[in-house]
Amino acid sequence: MSQLAEPQPGVAQDDAPILELRDAVKSYGAVRALRHGTIALRSGEVRALVGENGAGKSTLVKLLAGVIRRDGGEMLVDGEVVDFHAPPDARAAGIAVIYQEPTLFPDLSVAENVVMGRHPLKGGRRIDRRAMHDEVQDLLDRLGVRLDAERPVRGLSIADQQIVEIAKALSFEARVLIMDEPTAALSGPEVERLFGVVRALRDRGAAVLFISHRLEEVFEICSTVTVMRDGEVVFAGDTADLTTDELVRRMVGRELTALFPKLDSEVGPPVLRVERLTREGVFTDVSFEVRAGEIVALAGLVGAGRSEVARAIFGIDKPDAGAVHVGAKRLPAGRPLAAMRAGIGFVPEDRRQQGLVMDHSIQRNVTLTRLKALATFGLLRGVAERSLAAEWAKRLQLKYHRLDDPVAFLSGGNQQKVVLAKWLATDPKVLIVDEPTRGIDVGTKAEVHRLLSELAQKGLAVLMVSSELPEVLGMADRVLVMHEGRITGELSRAEADEESVMRAATGQVVVAA
Amino acid sequence: MSTPAESAVAPQAAIGSRSGERARRITEIAFRVRELGIVLALALLIVVTGILEPRFIGAGSLRNLALNAAIIAILAVGQTLVILTRNIDISVGSILGLSAFMAGSLLSNDPGLPIPLVIALGMGLGGACGLLNGVLVTFGRVPALVVTLGTLYIFRGLAFLWTDGRQVNAETLPDRFLNLGTDSLLGVPILVLFALVVVLVVGQCLRNLRFGREFYAIGSNPEAARLAGIRTDRRVNTAFVISGALAGLGGVLFTARFGTVDATAGTGYELTVVAAAVVGGVAIFGGSGSVYGAALGALLLGSITSALIVLRVDAFWQMAAIGALLVLAIAIDRFVSLRLEAALRQRSSRRATG
Repeated sequence: MSQLAEPQPGVAQDDAPILELRDAVKSYGAVRALRHGTIALRSGEVRALVGENGAGKSTLVKLLAGVIRRDGGEMLVDGEVVDFHAPPDARAAGIAVIYQEPTLFPDLSVAENVVMGRHPLKGGRRIDRRAMHDEVQDLLDRLGVRLDAERPVRGLSIADQQIVEIAKALSFEARVLIMDEPTAALSGPEVERLFGVVRALRDRGAAVLFISHRLEEVFEICSTVTVMRDGEVVFAGDTADLTTDELVRRMVGRELTALFPKLDSEVGPPVLRVERLTREGVFTDVSFEVRAGEIVALAGLVGAGRSEVARAIFGIDKPDAGAVHVGAKRLPAGRPLAAMRAGIGFVPEDRRQQGLVMDHSIQRNVTLTRLKALATFGLLRGVAERSLAAEWAKRLQLKYHRLDDPVAFLSGGNQQKVVLAKWLATDPKVLIVDEPTRGIDVGTKAEVHRLLSELAQKGLAVLMVSSELPEVLGMADRVLVMHEGRITGELSRAEADEESVMRAATGQVVVAA
Repeated sequence: MSTPAESAVAPQAAIGSRSGERARRITEIAFRVRELGIVLALALLIVVTGILEPRFIGAGSLRNLALNAAIIAILAVGQTLVILTRNIDISVGSILGLSAFMAGSLLSNDPGLPIPLVIALGMGLGGACGLLNGVLVTFGRVPALVVTLGTLYIFRGLAFLWTDGRQVNAETLPDRFLNLGTDSLLGVPILVLFALVVVLVVGQCLRNLRFGREFYAIGSNPEAARLAGIRTDRRVNTAFVISGALAGLGGVLFTARFGTVDATAGTGYELTVVAAAVVGGVAIFGGSGSVYGAALGALLLGSITSALIVLRVDAFWQMAAIGALLVLAIAIDRFVSLRLEAALRQRSSRRATG
């Protein structure tokens, strides 16, 4: 019934690609997410798409899926130029995308999820439930999985949900399957089962694009690989011709920019000690310490569990095991207020949602952590509030019009300074910053870096979670690398370079400090 | 992995499909239990009240129970459609009021009007009101609760403007219209027949048409519905139009049943209607539930009120009883769905490891 269904052994590699993207360009505002997006997918091919965080992989996938539209370049299906306006267009062209978190209807049965909108009908346009069940059960059986077509999707594991998505793709005769980090949430046997399915699809003539941060998987399942870096496709070739090291080098190979004015500072005694911190299924056995005057970076790929560790230290999420000490004091688990009192400041990843009250004024945001100290009989003293805010605005060189303006008016970098001021006003001993320069323009980035560096010089212990390798390498005195919830590498400033960090981040080698 | 009794029935070879079948059985039972539970509660209520006050189970009295619930049940069917899509329509009481007064004044001005025409006009007026709700929700991107709270007041205000303090009296209405509210066909009150037809038609459409399944899809996961190529805005609009049209139908039947209508007709119905749907097992966050459950919910709520009146219970306790039933229904739902989810998860993880 479909090309997938009919076995087509020995498909020639020199066929015209099923799906091809040539020199695609995509910008979000001033940010160029994709500059040179070129990729071709052929029948019977499993191609890997690899790259660092922010290399442009997701943008490329969204273009192929019809979720966003390209600004330039062209897309071809079976050699003919096409233009996708919405996801259904991509589906009609035989392209199916399986996201890390499947998009299914939890209240409906597996069978209905597969055929939604395309139910088989009998007389009077009524749904033929028997045909629907048989068709879907047959698909599931062909995929070699034991899933009952009639059970609801609610309660299925992520792995089973992905199988449902694959069955859906098969049912509309998809020829191209794009899998965005499908293995990130799967256990070992589940990954093996998925690979079995992928190989079967490949042998039936489908083209598969496989996105993964796990390089060993890339070598196991993919025959070809496309590498992206900084919004550009920088390499495309056969995996057989590459070693893991060569692949890593192609992923990172960029010059370190001189944006990071790290000042040398005197390193004092340990201030923050984290011992065997564990949160079931998120991170395991995380131990490290941060000394006064030191900037320690927590590096790794998206989803490695870095932000989660930061949140657990500050007490937003309660860890299942392990301890956090500030100085000699052990923090009670899951109590942000206690962490604050002990001298931890926390600048969250998403400042708009978690760090700031966007509609409130600059001064109110800056003084939010100090309300008690600024109030008399429960009433805020306006003058005290204003002078405190003005002082911090000056110290952080905040660019603003009036302190009464809502923070929403400020640029991203200046908003970040307000969040920093808010925490610095509490006079912390430890500052945890999660992605301190995300979405901030280059100039202001350098200012935020200078600020962090100065704070460390004055004896603050800084723990910085960052996905940007140059930032990690430029700022950190020490780099802790996480991979799948564990610390897989601890590198001194001298040892840390792009390759060593990337290797630890992809789980290649465990580096002893 | 399974109880000895079950192993004896099924050969070991079919472990995978059997655990799947069991998962299915669990869900089926859970959903049946939902509607079965209401039927049981209803039976219990009638029997207990009947023992305490034998008049309650006379044929005339049971007929009254069904009559009282009929209009609410019709509105609850429309409400179910809207709630399935993760929205809510609390303007239905006001729409009913508008339509009821329109039917009354049309027929008292021109008693010769054909009744089907009056019904069509009532449903048309209600459908138009529903369309306004739908457009504001889908194009205006305003939450349905806010939109229909606004139109609740607007439609009620229009009714007051229109009636200008007047009221339609039963004497001015033609008998053949009033008979609609009292006559029976083959022993079943016509009003109840209307409700049965609405429940069955909408119930069948929801179950057996692609169109119907899409309401469930939208409420279950709007984003996935869009990715599946479902025109969600259009469906949500349809739900509001049907809800409005059924409220319009309810208005015409309201006039036929009570004869006397003024601008306050149907005030407060919206709460009873939403309560009926929720008691009937329609998930307030969309995606699951059936119109049969909603209709049974309407019958149960109506019967409780009647029973409490018959037992001469204070009006305050009547309200409190309905409130308690609502909270109980939601608590049971929550409990059942949590247990269900846990049971299903256990099945799949056992299967994955086993």
